[in-house]
Amino acid sequence: MAFNVQAELRATGDLGLIIEREAGSALIIDTTEHKQLARIDKLGDLSHASVVFSRDQRFAYIFGRDGGLSKIDLLQDKLDKRIVQAGNSIGGAISQDGTLIAVSNYTPGGVKIFSADTLELVADIPADYDNGKLSKVVGLVDAPDQRFVFSLFDAGEIWTIDMSAPKKPKIEKFKNVGKFPYDGLITSDGRFYIAGLFGESGLALLDLWEPEKGIKRILPDYVKPDEQLPIYKMPHLEGWAVADDYIFVPAIGKNEVLVIDKQSWKLVKAIPVAGQPVFVMARPDGRQVWVNFATPENNKLQVIDVKTLNLQSTLTPGHAVLHMEFTPRGENVWVAVRDDDQVLVYDTHTLKEIAHLPAQKPNGVFFTSRANKIGF
Amino acid sequence: MKKTLLLLCISLNCLAAEPTSVRQAELRHLLKNDCGACHGLTLKGGMGPALLPDNLQGKPDEFLINTILQGRKGTAMPPWKAFMNTDDALWLVRQLRKVPQ
Ligand code: HEC
Repeated sequence: MAFNVQAELRATGDLGLIIEREAGSALIIDTTEHKQLARIDKLGDLSHASVVFSRDQRFAYIFGRDGGLSKIDLLQDKLDKRIVQAGNSIGGAISQDGTLIAVSNYTPGGVKIFSADTLELVADIPADYDNGKLSKVVGLVDAPDQRFVFSLFDAGEIWTIDMSAPKKPKIEKFKNVGKFPYDGLITSDGRFYIAGLFGESGLALLDLWEPEKGIKRILPDYVKPDEQLPIYKMPHLEGWAVADDYIFVPAIGKNEVLVIDKQSWKLVKAIPVAGQPVFVMARPDGRQVWVNFATPENNKLQVIDVKTLNLQSTLTPGHAVLHMEFTPRGENVWVAVRDDDQVLVYDTHTLKEIAHLPAQKPNGVFFTSRANKIGF
Repeated sequence: MKKTLLLLCISLNCLAAEPTSVRQAELRHLLKNDCGACHGLTLKGGMGPALLPDNLQGKPDEFLINTILQGRKGTAMPPWKAFMNTDDALWLVRQLRKVPQ
């Protein structure tokens, strides 16, 4: 590696990426200075991009819609490696020990696992069901003991893969978990995996401490599919919102955020909100939960007060509020406002805007602090 | 091309009116962003199937217009009738049938 004498000495703990959807580029930003440091181009179709970080927080791995997997060097402001590993992909995860990158694919349906260092293929796991059909894979997360967990959208299954021996992936399949799991989350302690169901009521829960007990259905009678409002955008569970003893999840086909008790797995409250929630994310200390919405309410953000479980505030950041990311200790939240071509930074205490950065059609903000969190 | 237009005229009784250019811009935006969320920014597919000309070949306009306006029950395809009328949907289908630039 060439040593760049001109480079400013820089640590990566303050850094992050803003994804620019249509340009297929990413901005490296400094979260303390609120400024752009560099733009990395030619990253392909980033219409549904997500990002994970290496454990040393030097590298960012971007998963593109077109199956692209790009490794960015945040210290040298450059694209380190890029492969196109599938036709159509939806997200990914980094292993507990940081050595493996797993990608979940729509076509061909399955999971591919790569060396985090070289991006060479380590394991290819087709999501086969019903004698050779391939299912789209969603809700891929890392889990303790060098495992990955994911859901099969078409098959209605949840699989875990143990990669302790990379040459011999150990797969465990849980079948009939429910119709059309559309995304999954893992709690921050790495114990519970929860898949949201699109085709029927409730959520599928897997206790990774006791996988032999199988899948438990929670909130089984909450919303019947035929009572649902139309869903114009699939909600995400990725930014799990576990705050206090509660898990906050988007209701599907209802303008509500559901609050579930983590001990009993019962519904504590359904909080009415402005629209179909898309991301429901807890501030790192769990005091607030922030929610954005599907079209046509995608100009709004709402803040839930976790102490009272009531809405605290409604903000209108602009046109097409697509994603948000908290600073590591939660004093700020960065909000991607696609159609206004900017990212806004709010103070989460005063709820006032404190900075904004130009970005072309931004649809995601990801900070290096994700490197140290299970499920991110 | 002429032939498909002619067929269209017969099947929709030539009642279809082109959306205004402002409306077309709105629909293009909707197609890229809202439809794109499921069908992909470049319409090559995602959670929903690809909507490229090849994928739609042999599927009549009415069928596709109906899918767009009413959605498909039991699948993730939602109804868009709250956001557009038949003319808009027909215009979208015609856009989809064009080879993307
Ligand atoms: C929430 C996800 C979602 C969104 C948003 C969405 N679709 Fe779909 N769409 C689907 C799915 C899933 C199918 C496949 C349904 C099935 O299995 O029959 C589909 C099917 C279709 C089809 C039929 C394709 C065929 O080959 O028969 C058309 C046309 C279509 N969508 C157009 C649109 C348009 C236009 C929009 C935006 C106005 C849109 N869709 C938005 C999920 C979506």
